[in-house]
Amino acid sequence: MALNAALVGRSYPRTAPYLVGREKVREFATAVGDTNPACFDVAAAQALGYPDIVAPPTFAFVVAYAGSSKAALDPELGLDYTRVVHGEQRFVFERPIVAGDSLVAKATIEAIRAVAGNDILTTRVDLDTEGGEHVATTYTVIVARGTAEESA
Amino acid sequence: MTVSYADVAVGTALPAQTFPVTRFHLVRYAGASGDFNPIHWNEKFATSVGLPDVIAHGMFTMAEAARVVTDWVGDPGALKEFSVRFTRPVPVPNDDQGSQIAVSGEITELLDDRRVKVTLTATHADQKVLGNAVAIVQLA
Repeated sequence: MALNAALVGRSYPRTAPYLVGREKVREFATAVGDTNPACFDVAAAQALGYPDIVAPPTFAFVVAYAGSSKAALDPELGLDYTRVVHGEQRFVFERPIVAGDSLVAKATIEAIRAVAGNDILTTRVDLDTEGGEHVATTYTVIVARGTAEESA
Repeated sequence: MTVSYADVAVGTALPAQTFPVTRFHLVRYAGASGDFNPIHWNEKFATSVGLPDVIAHGMFTMAEAARVVTDWVGDPGALKEFSVRFTRPVPVPNDDQGSQIAVSGEITELLDDRRVKVTLTATHADQKVLGNAVAIVQLA
């Protein structure tokens, strides 16, 4: 089924705040094997100029996911989520995510395409603090395999 | 430690690393990231949807590629931009060895504000698993 291209440009309500905890940062850093002391030790992070321990960069995807899934699961979009694979990922950081951040994610559908029988969705997520400070932007391209209608 | 912009040039290689990925790594990453898609831990499900085996999370592979940059510069906050294409899945057999993801990188452009562009190569079994893997890195 073709995706509803009329939704390009649609934005979704901001997610409930995600409070970044120290133990979550440590857990994520451990899971990706990042041993940088700034991810674990407050004094080490402060020595690099950060207020608290620093999340590995791709942690931004974890926080953004609640936002991007609002777009992907929009019933008006018509995406078959069971056939989805992750096609591309991009991060643009204003600053790294640190423990203590309370982040809200706002998703916008950037592009909808159909290529070689696959539906392709690009979603942008702006991650800001509750106070309105911009922290990072994520761009996620997902591909629904074999779901596009043959174009006329 | 930090890397100084004055000490690098186009062509400077980052220290390459090889990252093991076993079922243990995938289960641990699933828990830490909240991505419990069964294609990353249940081979019965994975093969039922046409995959050769359980596959690694693309975001796990991307996280390992990021480590080549952040381990080099010594500051997890030095990564200003990072983009990849997931070109091929990394199958992870249910054995003690699992798979290996090899990541290398080199500076491909010097930018303003003491930033550099790094182009990364990530392979599994000598085949590229990431395409257009590019990082913009803040140096000292």
